[in-house]
Amino acid sequence: MALNRDFLGRAYASSVPYEVSRVKIKEFASAIGDPNPIYRDREAAAAAGHPDVVAPPTFPIEFSLSGAGEALSDPEFGLNFAMVVHGEQRFSYQRPIYAGDELICTSTIAEIRSVGRNEFLTVKSDITTVAGEPVCTTYNVIVERGGAA
Amino acid sequence: MTMAATIKYDEVEAGQEIPAVEYQVRRVNLVMYAGASGDFNPIHWNERFAKSVGLPDVIAHGMFTMAEAGRFLTDWAGDPAAVVDYGVRFSSMVVVPDDENGATLVVSGVIEEKLEDKRVVVTLTAKSGDSRVLSKARAVVQLA
Repeated sequence: MALNRDFLGRAYASSVPYEVSRVKIKEFASAIGDPNPIYRDREAAAAAGHPDVVAPPTFPIEFSLSGAGEALSDPEFGLNFAMVVHGEQRFSYQRPIYAGDELICTSTIAEIRSVGRNEFLTVKSDITTVAGEPVCTTYNVIVERGGAA
Repeated sequence: MTMAATIKYDEVEAGQEIPAVEYQVRRVNLVMYAGASGDFNPIHWNERFAKSVGLPDVIAHGMFTMAEAGRFLTDWAGDPAAVVDYGVRFSSMVVVPDDENGATLVVSGVIEEKLEDKRVVVTLTAKSGDSRVLSKARAVVQLA
């Protein structure tokens, strides 16, 4: 089933801020096998010029779709999760993410296009602090196989 | 605030290659990544399920592969915060057999272009066996 184009441009904000913790950054770094002390040790991070431990570049995948989940699972939208694969991903930083940040994520259904039998959906997520400071913009392209057939 | 990238902008040239690094991907890494990321899709840890949906075996999370190529960038630059923009297309899967070696991911890079403000564009190649598992893998890195 084709995705419902009425959803284009709709934006969804996460209902509660995501609190970036040192423990989660360490867990994420360990999971990708990265021993870098800047992910674990506040003093090592400070020595490198940072106010606290830094999140790895792909860390926002943890929460960047939290707002859009509501839309993606809406039956009216017509997305069949069983047929979904991750097509593309991009993170564009305005500043690094640090432990202690409280972040709000607003996701927009930015683009829907049919390529052959597949539907390509781009979700753009604007991540800011609770005070509104821009932190990172993410672009998540989801491919629904057979969705356009 | 000073960033601590250890590679100096003035000491790199467009066209310069960043030597390849190999990363082993074993089943335990995928289990850890599932837990850390919250992505528990069974194609990333359950061979029985993966084969039932037509896959050759368990495959790595695309985001795991992207993270390893990200690690290649942050290790090269010397600072995780040096990666200011990073995007990839997932072009092929990384099949991870249930043995001691798992899969081998080979990541290499080229400095494509020097930008203003001591930034460079790095294009990445990530291969598992003969297949390119990322395409259009491109990052903007802030150097010292």
